[in-house]
Amino acid sequence: MPVLVYTENAGGKFKKSIFEVVSYARAIADAQNTSLTAISIGDVSADELATLGKYGADKVLNVSNAKLKSFINQAYASVVAEAAKSEDADIVVLSNSFSGRGLAPRIGVKLDAGVADGAVSLPELSGGKFSIKKTAFSGKAFATVELTSAKKVIALTPNSYKVVDKGTSAKVEDFTVDVKESDFKAMVKEIVQSTDKVSLPDAEIVVSGGRGLKGPENWGMVEELANLLGGATACSKPVSDAGWRPHSEHVGQTGIAVSPNLYIAIGISGAIQHLAGISRSKVIVVINKDPEAPFFKVADYGIVGDAFEVVPKLIEAVKAYKATA
Amino acid sequence: MKILVCISNVPDTTTKITFTDNNTQFNTNGVQFILNPYDEIALARAIELTEGNGSVTVINVGEANTEPTIRKALAIGATDAVRINALPHDAWFVAKQIAEYAKQGGFDLILTGRESIDYNGAKVAGMVGELLDIPSVSVIKKLDVSGDSATVEREIEGGKEILTIPFPFIAGTAEGVAEPKIPNMRGIMSARTKPLQVIEPVAVTNNVEVTAYETPAPRGQVKLVKADETASLVDLLHTEAKVI
Repeated sequence: MPVLVYTENAGGKFKKSIFEVVSYARAIADAQNTSLTAISIGDVSADELATLGKYGADKVLNVSNAKLKSFINQAYASVVAEAAKSEDADIVVLSNSFSGRGLAPRIGVKLDAGVADGAVSLPELSGGKFSIKKTAFSGKAFATVELTSAKKVIALTPNSYKVVDKGTSAKVEDFTVDVKESDFKAMVKEIVQSTDKVSLPDAEIVVSGGRGLKGPENWGMVEELANLLGGATACSKPVSDAGWRPHSEHVGQTGIAVSPNLYIAIGISGAIQHLAGISRSKVIVVINKDPEAPFFKVADYGIVGDAFEVVPKLIEAVKAYKATA
Repeated sequence: MKILVCISNVPDTTTKITFTDNNTQFNTNGVQFILNPYDEIALARAIELTEGNGSVTVINVGEANTEPTIRKALAIGATDAVRINALPHDAWFVAKQIAEYAKQGGFDLILTGRESIDYNGAKVAGMVGELLDIPSVSVIKKLDVSGDSATVEREIEGGKEILTIPFPFIAGTAEGVAEPKIPNMRGIMSARTKPLQVIEPVAVTNNVEVTAYETPAPRGQVKLVKADETASLVDLLHTEAKVI
């Protein structure tokens, strides 16, 4: 029974996190000695769909229907669940993105499947058990969950699995589903994309600022450093509470949990709630003038110094590095 | 307007997380439990939307020890409360209990926080939506009501979407929807006498079991770089950490 992977797109393009999900689903399919079918919903070109084959999809189901142009939980969940039934798939994999988190529980109910959200590892299969590690307590811990149902839904945390280019190809087929009218009660009226910014949950590099930056007028250097590194900007809770930065940039226990390769914290002391949201960062750099700041205890690299002196120098150093790289 | 707000009883955000029984149980010893911060936002918006015109029922799946949290929700301004008398096994168990109750309630709107800060599953809203066959929308940053429908702002990667949804529907709220409310003395006094109904749970077949917990591996010692040697830091990030 094949594994089914749902591949969401942004404006007709797949993001890196989707290639991670396809690579991850391929590894599961290999462990189950079965095939991998990908499903895409929306307006995606044939060339773009074919790229899913590179990462291990054997077949791509293309659902192109004007009514499904915008993401609606109810309707998309119906389509993915129907595809799972049609393919006789017993495992559905998707990204633990904002959309994925909306879809996974609805698909789980439709398929009578256990749902492992926030997965950070491949399933462990031993003694007939199917267990997956996921984040818990807002990043302060991990929980291993066993899915005991016959069908399973797994939502993979971005940056938790490497992209594996298999160099293979997939056949693309059209897939048609009759979605009932009542699935379209919610209607998308407007989409406001900030296309010039790297999306925080997917970002491989995050540059984050705290109260040490003293005010919103000083965020220019945070943005400049993030832009230079191709990363996203973020902030601590007091900063978003004060209205210096939007809530969507708040990283921490009651904000976004991130898992970038590099997290640079500027002027953030490192309260337990903030550390919870960034603990899965691979490398942490802390810049703070207080050598006793708790953040230094979890950092890989640190600079004790005034952000207003250090960050401009760091920007120059990155520029110099990029000029020679 | 009749609103149901689903609330969780979770460890305080300052809690250091530890485990017992060979890392199979969360250690609740000395842990202060609070109303889930995202649920506080949902509750605050529900109270704003029903001021002078409607009711807010809070529902919690929990044993008797969650009642201080339920009373806090009543003190903040909920009209009445329901406690489903069971240990919340997982999101599926909780969603089944809420859906079962909501079927009889005729609610226009059901709100949850975007996720609970203990298991972070963000699954209850979607599951309840599916069980009741109503729309669900998650990570909403804004919720305005007009007549028999609502306009919501939903967070997406790198932007936002604005949707209109007719009642009834269920939504998971995040920061921006409302400012959490602090109970005043009058609220605290009246909460003692507001109705709190206790209902026994319906049977649910579990499909997810937590078998073990672990805490993240400790990180090594920080490598300090002098403030005027930022080029060294860039070099370390390139050659040693290999992240740029």
